[in-house]
Amino acid sequence: MNRPAAMSGSTSFWQRHQRRIAPWFFLAPGAFMFAVYVILPIFQSMWISLYDWDGIGEKTFIGIANYVELFDDDAFYTSLKNNVIWLVLYMLAVPAGLFVALFLNQTVFGIRLVKSLFFFPFVLSQVVVGLVFAWFYDPSFGLLAQVFEAFGLKPIAVLADEDYVTYGIIAAGLWPQIAYCMILYLTGLNNISPEQIEAGRLDGAKGLRMLWHVVLPQLRPATFIAVVVTVIGALRSFDLVSIMTDGGPYGSSRVLAYYMYEQALSEYGFRMGYGAAIAVVLFAIMMVYITLFLVRMFSEERGAR
Amino acid sequence: MFPTPIEKTDAHWRMIYKIALPISLILWLIPLLAVMLTSIRSAGDLAAGNYWGWPRDFHLLENYTAIFENSPIGAYILNSFKVTIPTVIGAVGLSCLTGFAFGIYRFRGNLVLFFIFVAGNFVPFQILMVPVRDMTLNLGLYDTTAGLVLFHVAFQTGFCTLFMRNFIRALPFELIEAARVEGVSEWQIFTRVVMPLMRPAIAALSVLVFTFIWNDYFWATVLVQGKHALPVTAGLYSLNGQWLAAWHLVSAGSIVAALPPVIMFFLMQKHFIAGLTLGATKG
Repeated sequence: MNRPAAMSGSTSFWQRHQRRIAPWFFLAPGAFMFAVYVILPIFQSMWISLYDWDGIGEKTFIGIANYVELFDDDAFYTSLKNNVIWLVLYMLAVPAGLFVALFLNQTVFGIRLVKSLFFFPFVLSQVVVGLVFAWFYDPSFGLLAQVFEAFGLKPIAVLADEDYVTYGIIAAGLWPQIAYCMILYLTGLNNISPEQIEAGRLDGAKGLRMLWHVVLPQLRPATFIAVVVTVIGALRSFDLVSIMTDGGPYGSSRVLAYYMYEQALSEYGFRMGYGAAIAVVLFAIMMVYITLFLVRMFSEERGAR
Repeated sequence: MFPTPIEKTDAHWRMIYKIALPISLILWLIPLLAVMLTSIRSAGDLAAGNYWGWPRDFHLLENYTAIFENSPIGAYILNSFKVTIPTVIGAVGLSCLTGFAFGIYRFRGNLVLFFIFVAGNFVPFQILMVPVRDMTLNLGLYDTTAGLVLFHVAFQTGFCTLFMRNFIRALPFELIEAARVEGVSEWQIFTRVVMPLMRPAIAALSVLVFTFIWNDYFWATVLVQGKHALPVTAGLYSLNGQWLAAWHLVSAGSIVAALPPVIMFFLMQKHFIAGLTLGATKG
């Protein structure tokens, strides 16, 4: 496909302009795939969101009717509210990950294996995490129920309770997410300058003061990435909801990602247009974070030049 | 080093740390340990309500052969490999090219295009779902592993490009300039000069993409229906419905499904973590 070498030497035009044209050859295959499967579909979804469409038959243009409908849809507000809860509580993974990283940042015997085992949950599929936690929460024989009974309390059916279900799923999601943040912080801690720590010690800084004034500023890149991946993880939450509750009971654990799927592809009907409208809202929320990320990356790039 | 190395603290603290470490590890992994233990229990043990105690008899072989004999989990695992391996090759291959273009050349639009790759990487899957499903149907690839592979390759190229480009940026640029002075063509600079240096990046990306794709559940449910193409994540979920309350089988199935990326992780841990923590140190 792109074999500039075969042409070099034969055409002087190529030789003269090789360095101007070469990057486009290198970019073409990847850019084509990315454009067709990622960039274009974003705009197609926006366009589909203006139609009434069952995915097979004719599309009917209905303008912003799908969005108007969203405005009055209780299920949409439940999903949106749950997404906010996800975003807020998922953020706990960042300080929790830092805490675990500080706890494990030692050089005792076997610590390498301990670190790998702590990281382990992140390697598991969310399907497995979901099944494990669904079982953990089971009201008749789950471990949680047993612990409750041991304290003489009545077990809660976490996943069948409208008030607790979202929190139960988020707790399951935090397990791998904390592991992820931990590994980011462990790498960050590994690269902290020992001189600054020593200097801090000489100035009498200890414990929390040292952490706040000397260590955390140096961990800023790790914190940034941890926040970014946690936000994305929270807004992408689909797998766990689907595995653990299918959005139930009575739709109380739906999030936007799941509600969109339910509207567009599940047994509740094939409302592609309406689903696309939900997706556009989710995309708009994500866009805020994507923009922040890009702005930061841009300022870094300029600094690098 | 922060916090203070434990061997520099007094005996009291060292003692506490030595006890706290294994206890916290066990607490952290309890859900997993329980699944492992359950996967070797007998059905009778579970029927008797022994969910968390020590198993009365061990059915390691029985349970694991049962899931392979009585369910299509073997086929699901094969499907997962059929999706995962081509995706790794495709996405890593494409991103070597794009990463090289972004990392080496200065051209108009370099940064803008690069940022589009980065941004696309973060979009919610749902905004792609309807058009991608539609396109896959039109290509006649719905319900095939090839349909999944094409999408995964395209999507993963975003993340891989970010990674490769930053990796190539960190290489000494003098190498490329020296090669150009010698009259080496651009393609040969790519194959002979840069590619050999990219081995660690290729290794890191391969394990990461392998894990991401193996664990994908969303696209497996959107683009595939039948068991001839269903990857093990979605397959396990459907089996969970059939095996209602047969927790020893669900557990054994979960472990089998989780095993390939786990093995991959332990074998290539250094690369895996290097890939995952990209950007966590500089900046």
